[in-house]
Amino acid sequence: MSRIRFFDATLRDGSHAIKHQLTEKTIADYCEAMDDAGMYTIVVGHGNGLGASSLQVGLSRLPDEVMLRTAREHLRHTKLGAYMIPGFGTIQDNLIPAMENGVDLFKIGCHCTEADTTRQHIEFLRSKDKEVYGILMNYHMASTERILEEAQKMQSYGAYGVILMDSAGASTPELVKKTIATLVDEMHILVGFHPHNNMGLAVANAYIAIQEGARIVDGTLRGFGAGAGNVQLEALSALLTKEGYELNQNLYQMMDASEQIVRPAMAEDRALTDVSIVSGMAGVFSSFKTQVLAASKEFHVDPRDVFMELGKRKVVGGQEDIIVEVAQELSHPVSDDAESYMLESLT
Amino acid sequence: MNKIKVGIIGTGNIGSDLLMKVRKSDVLECGIFAGHSLDSKGIARAREMGVPVTVNSIRYIEENPDCCEIVFDATSAKVHTANAPILKKLGKYAIDLTPAHVGKFCVPQVNLDEALELDNVNCITCGGQATVPIARAISQVADVDYLEIVATIASKSAGIGTRNNIDEFTQTTKDALMELGGIKNAKAIIILNPAEPPITMHNTVYALINEPNMEAITKAVHETEAAIRKYVPGYRIVLGPIYENGRVTTSVEVTGSGDFLPEYAGNLDIITCAAVEIAENYARRKLL
Repeated sequence: MSRIRFFDATLRDGSHAIKHQLTEKTIADYCEAMDDAGMYTIVVGHGNGLGASSLQVGLSRLPDEVMLRTAREHLRHTKLGAYMIPGFGTIQDNLIPAMENGVDLFKIGCHCTEADTTRQHIEFLRSKDKEVYGILMNYHMASTERILEEAQKMQSYGAYGVILMDSAGASTPELVKKTIATLVDEMHILVGFHPHNNMGLAVANAYIAIQEGARIVDGTLRGFGAGAGNVQLEALSALLTKEGYELNQNLYQMMDASEQIVRPAMAEDRALTDVSIVSGMAGVFSSFKTQVLAASKEFHVDPRDVFMELGKRKVVGGQEDIIVEVAQELSHPVSDDAESYMLESLT
Repeated sequence: MNKIKVGIIGTGNIGSDLLMKVRKSDVLECGIFAGHSLDSKGIARAREMGVPVTVNSIRYIEENPDCCEIVFDATSAKVHTANAPILKKLGKYAIDLTPAHVGKFCVPQVNLDEALELDNVNCITCGGQATVPIARAISQVADVDYLEIVATIASKSAGIGTRNNIDEFTQTTKDALMELGGIKNAKAIIILNPAEPPITMHNTVYALINEPNMEAITKAVHETEAAIRKYVPGYRIVLGPIYENGRVTTSVEVTGSGDFLPEYAGNLDIITCAAVEIAENYARRKLL
């Protein structure tokens, strides 16, 4: 059995947690410290990927090319990775410059039902001999049959593997088990999983995915990431070691980087907050948190209500503009019975 | 009243919606509805309506040049790039609904008269039709440092052409914000949402402006809305313009007229209404 590949998203998903304000120093120090720690790839950039620095989802402190070039200078053994969501970035404006800046591996993502929007980009990267993976975000929002269909499309475009993102941390262990098992049975490319910790299940869900045959875990050190954070790779690594898996990853090296570099870069601790839990219940993309809090403050509404309403409207990643609309509407409530409102939203 | 004949190439969502609108027009009639596949549902529907159809695509127009004076191209960016020189040689007035950007961009509310003097005009994208005029309205009364649009459409209303062209769609919308919207620093974001029941097409325009004069901006944006509603009845501002979190935010929804797809598919209407508006004005000049 091939060893589990860790896709290190610390410097990508972690950007969400600090409003995309990663510094060159953090990127340089992190890549230097983690270069030979056994990560399959270190993915760097804005939380929503190349070309996503925007008013809609948040402006980056550093341009994409500066982040990539900084990482490139400090990675000698580990592949430099980049993420892109078509609709945010384009081949001309983003993929070609990223290749010129030395990216080895690409992840091309979309909402879980829209795989055909990744065709142009996966095929383009394959034609340039790049290693490319397909990402299905918010996979909890579609049936297992549909997820399989979409993953198979990515396989047909030439993806090396497909990674399911539990973007809202809304997965139950049963859902992980069923979905990963189906994909592993029906597909011939690698299957991966990207858990979030909204309900405290990220490590458990990653472990279940591995047991069902997933060979890629996409996570972060210290769980540094959007919303409630990601699967904490140090903890998962410890669990896998205990269970007898042979790993490429150096646990102490990960722990040291986690403590010395990631901890100071984090804006807050990673305890499960009420807002994180509610976003998991409502099934709303974790990265909406910052903007939900800002809009709730601006319009004097309860961020928990905003999340519940967003869940009701089935918003997907990238629809942050709806947050302001919802907050404004909630600030002029039709009914002031907050409790019944919450219950109604859940049905 | 006499009518001017149009050809429609492409029998998907956009081509089918165009056909419905052309049939309601008092100055246009469909001379040929051209696809390339015998299995096309669009062709079968058109044939049932008694519309002349072909599966020879643009070749039919080359062989029967009298079948139309105006050609709507609703294929794909790649196909239109190949079709454009052929249509030019045939002397047809080409209205391109793909993001190919061979001809100059046109939003009727912004530059209709200019478009009527050309031989190939590009309708940008649905997101472009919805947001470029708002960008232009704002840039005419304010100094915009940066402007960004987010167009969200229902998955069901995005046909194969749109999906296969998502890259050109994003790039062309941005280019139009700069060229036609008068914005120096622009960005376009496109989102597909698969929710059931499908969501109505939703667009947000964010602008970064130092000390914005909200009164002037509000007036300009609402005047633009009224002008667009003359040819896209379902176009309406649902939020703003408001100044929040340091940005000027305006959201627009477009409800379709339900000609081909249901009302949620305002993204079809806004681009087909724009194309038909251009064609009708072209036809009226010819008929004078």
